[in-house]
Amino acid sequence: MTTPKPFAPAARHRLMRLRGLVRKEWLQIWRDPSSIAIAFLLPVVLLLLFGYGVSLDAKDVPLALVVDNPNPDTMTLCGHFERSKYLRPVYFVNMRHAQQAMLRRQVSAILRLRDDFSRENLQRRGTIQLIVNGTDANTARIVTGYVQGVYARWLADVQQRRRAFPPPPIQVQHRVWYNANLRSRNYLVPGLVAIIMTLIGALLTAMVMAREWERGTIEALMTTPVSMGEVLLGKVIPYFGLGLGGMALSVAMARWVFDVPFRGSMLALLAGSVLFLLVALGLGLLISTTARNQFVAGQVAIIVTFLPAFILSGFIFDIRSMPWPIRALTAIIPARHFVTILQNVFLAGDVWPLLLPSMGVLALMALVFLGLSYRKSPKRLD
Amino acid sequence: MLFRVLALVQKEFLALLKDRQSRFVIIGPPIIQLVVFGYAATFDVTNVPVAVLDECNTLLSRDLTARFVASPNFQLVARLEQPGQIAPVLDRQQAMLVLHIRQDFQRKLSTLGTTEVQLILDGRNSNTALIVLGYAQGIIEEFNATLRRRRGRLAQVPAQVVSRAWFNPNLQSQWFIVPGIVGLLTLVVTMLVTALSVAREREQGTFDQLLVTPYRPYELLLGKALPGFLIGLVEATFIVLVAVFWFRVPLVGSLGVLYLGVAVFLLSAIGVGLMISSLANTQQQGLLGAFLFLVPAIILSGFATPIANMPPAVQKLTLVNPMRYYLVILRGVFLQGATLEELADQFWPMLGIAAVTLAVATVMFRRRIY
Repeated sequence: MTTPKPFAPAARHRLMRLRGLVRKEWLQIWRDPSSIAIAFLLPVVLLLLFGYGVSLDAKDVPLALVVDNPNPDTMTLCGHFERSKYLRPVYFVNMRHAQQAMLRRQVSAILRLRDDFSRENLQRRGTIQLIVNGTDANTARIVTGYVQGVYARWLADVQQRRRAFPPPPIQVQHRVWYNANLRSRNYLVPGLVAIIMTLIGALLTAMVMAREWERGTIEALMTTPVSMGEVLLGKVIPYFGLGLGGMALSVAMARWVFDVPFRGSMLALLAGSVLFLLVALGLGLLISTTARNQFVAGQVAIIVTFLPAFILSGFIFDIRSMPWPIRALTAIIPARHFVTILQNVFLAGDVWPLLLPSMGVLALMALVFLGLSYRKSPKRLD
Repeated sequence: MLFRVLALVQKEFLALLKDRQSRFVIIGPPIIQLVVFGYAATFDVTNVPVAVLDECNTLLSRDLTARFVASPNFQLVARLEQPGQIAPVLDRQQAMLVLHIRQDFQRKLSTLGTTEVQLILDGRNSNTALIVLGYAQGIIEEFNATLRRRRGRLAQVPAQVVSRAWFNPNLQSQWFIVPGIVGLLTLVVTMLVTALSVAREREQGTFDQLLVTPYRPYELLLGKALPGFLIGLVEATFIVLVAVFWFRVPLVGSLGVLYLGVAVFLLSAIGVGLMISSLANTQQQGLLGAFLFLVPAIILSGFATPIANMPPAVQKLTLVNPMRYYLVILRGVFLQGATLEELADQFWPMLGIAAVTLAVATVMFRRRIY
C-alpha cells in the first residue's frame, strides 16, 4: 500500500477518464431511451395511477336497509342515510334478501330497523343491530363508524326538535393535527413517491453491470487503464442525474396535482432525496454486480425492492402497529426511512428529531451498498 | 407429443434450477416474505401511546384518565403539565393521542350537566388516527354510561348502534391480509419464472435453435408454461398451509374451489408473463415489462386498499387485472366459505385474460427479432 506506484495517475487524468466513462454511459442511455422513459415518464404515470387509485377513504358504501315497519321516524333516519356522502342505502324488504346480497358482495353492511323502531321506543331498547361484512376488517370498522355517525346526527336532530334526550355528560371534541380532514391521500401520496423512486432506482441500475458481464464488454473496459471504482462512479453519476429529475417531478406532482400540503423545508427534502437516491442506485448496482447474469439480477431486483418497500415501509401499514421483531427488521428497508422523511416534510414540517436518524441510516446504507459493490467487482475475469 | 413436451419441460426446469443463485431466488424469498408480511401488514392498532394533560385534576378527571390507562388499547407514556408540551410530544411521535382535560371540566358538568374533553390526534397516518379516535370515543361512551347510571338516568339513554361482523367477528386484519399474501406471492413467483424466460433465450440465441426443431409453437408455449404452473402450484400449496396452520386463518370453504381458483389464476398470470416475455427482445425489456405489470397489478388489486374506493376510471382499469379476481376468490373461500356459484363472476374474467394473453404469446413466439 505504501510503495509509491511508478505511474500513479495525476488527479487531472483521473477526472478526464471519469468524464469519458460518464460520457460513454450517457451515450448508452441516450441511444436506448428506455432509461429516460423510466426516469421521467414512469413516475408520472405511476403516481397518477396510484395517487388516485390508492385510497382508504371509503365513499358510497352500499348499506342494506331493512325497515320492518315504515313510520315517520324511520323515514327521517333513512333520509339522513340518503344524504350521507359516505353511504349509499339500498332497501331490502326482508333480512333474507339483504343477507344474500351481502354474500354476493353487493352490500357491505346491513342495518335493520325492527318493527318497534320509533323515537318513543328508543329509550327502552338497548341496541340497534348493524351487521358488517368483516372480510375487509378495516373497511368494516370505517363503515361502522359512518353508520354510528349518521345515527348520532339523527338523534341530535330529534333531540333538538323534541328535547327527547339530554346531551351526554361528556362530549368529545377532537382535533387532528397535520391532516385535519383525515384525508388518506395526504399520507399515501408521499409514501407512493418513495415506493416509485425505489422502483426507478432499481430498474435503472439493476441490470447495468450484469449487462456488461453478460455481453463481454466488461473485458473491453478492463483492458483500459480505468479502475473499477471509476467504472462504478461513471455509472452512478448519469443515473443519479436521471433519478433526481424524476424525483423532482414526483414531488411537484404530489404538491400541485394531489394538493398534499408541504410544511417542511426544501433543504430537508433535498437532503433526504439525495441520500435515498444514492441508496437506491447503490442497491441496484450491488444486485447487478453480485448476480453475474441478468436473469437472476432481474429476479432479485423484483423480490428485494418492490414488495418490502410496499409492505414494510410504513407507506400504508403503520410501523408502530407491527410486532417488535418486524419493527426492528424495517430498519434495514431503505424506503422506510424515506417514507418517514417524506411524510414528515410534507405533513408535519422539519421534525429534526425524526428526520436526522432516518437520514443517518440512509447515509450509512449508501456507503455500505456503494462500498460493497466496489468490493464485489474485482477487476479480473474468472 | 406428450413426450416431446415433457422433454421441453425438463429443459426449462434445468435452466431454472441448475443455478444455485436462481434456485434460491425462487424458493427462499417467498417463504421468508410470507411470514414477515403476515405479521407486518396489519391495520389493527394496539398499545396506542397516549399522553394526558389533566388541568382539572379532580376525582372525575382522574377517573377518566384511569379508564384510558386500564384499556388494553392504550398505553400511558407521559403526563403533561401544560399545553405547551403537547406539540413536542406529538411532533416526535412519542404519543399518538393527547387527552386534554381542561380546568373547568368538573365545574361545567356540575353546573351545566354536560362538559367536554379534548382529544388531539397525530393525523400523519390518517387511518391509524381514525381507529385511535374510535377507541377513545368508545372509552368515553362507556364512561358516560357509568355516569348516567350513577345518576339514575338509565331510562333516558338512547339506543346505540352495535355492530356485529360476519366472517371475521373480531375484525382482525390478519384474516384479511394473509389470504391476500397468498395471492401476492403466487403472482410474483409465476412472473419471476415466466417473464424473462423467452427474452433470455432470445438474447443468448438459443431460441433460434428451438424454432428450428419440429416443435409446434403451442408445444413450445406449453413447455414454457408448465414449469411456471407447477412451481406456482407447489408454492401456493405451501403458502396456504402456512396461512392455515401458522397464522390460523380459518379456511371455511372447499379446497376444490380454492384450487380451481389457484389453477385459473396461474393460467392467467402465466399468460401475462409469457406475453411480456415473448414481446421483449432483451431481458432488460422483460424485467421492465414484469415490473410494469406487477406493481400496478398488486397496488390496484384490492390487496391493501379497497377497489371500491378508487375513482371509476381506475376501477375500470382494474378489470384487466387477474389479481383482483383472485383475491376475491381467496378471501371468499377462506373466510366466507363461498361456493363456486357465488364466485362464478370472478372466474370468467380470469379465464378470458388467460385465453387472450396465451394466444398473443403463441403468436408472438414465432416473431423473429431481426
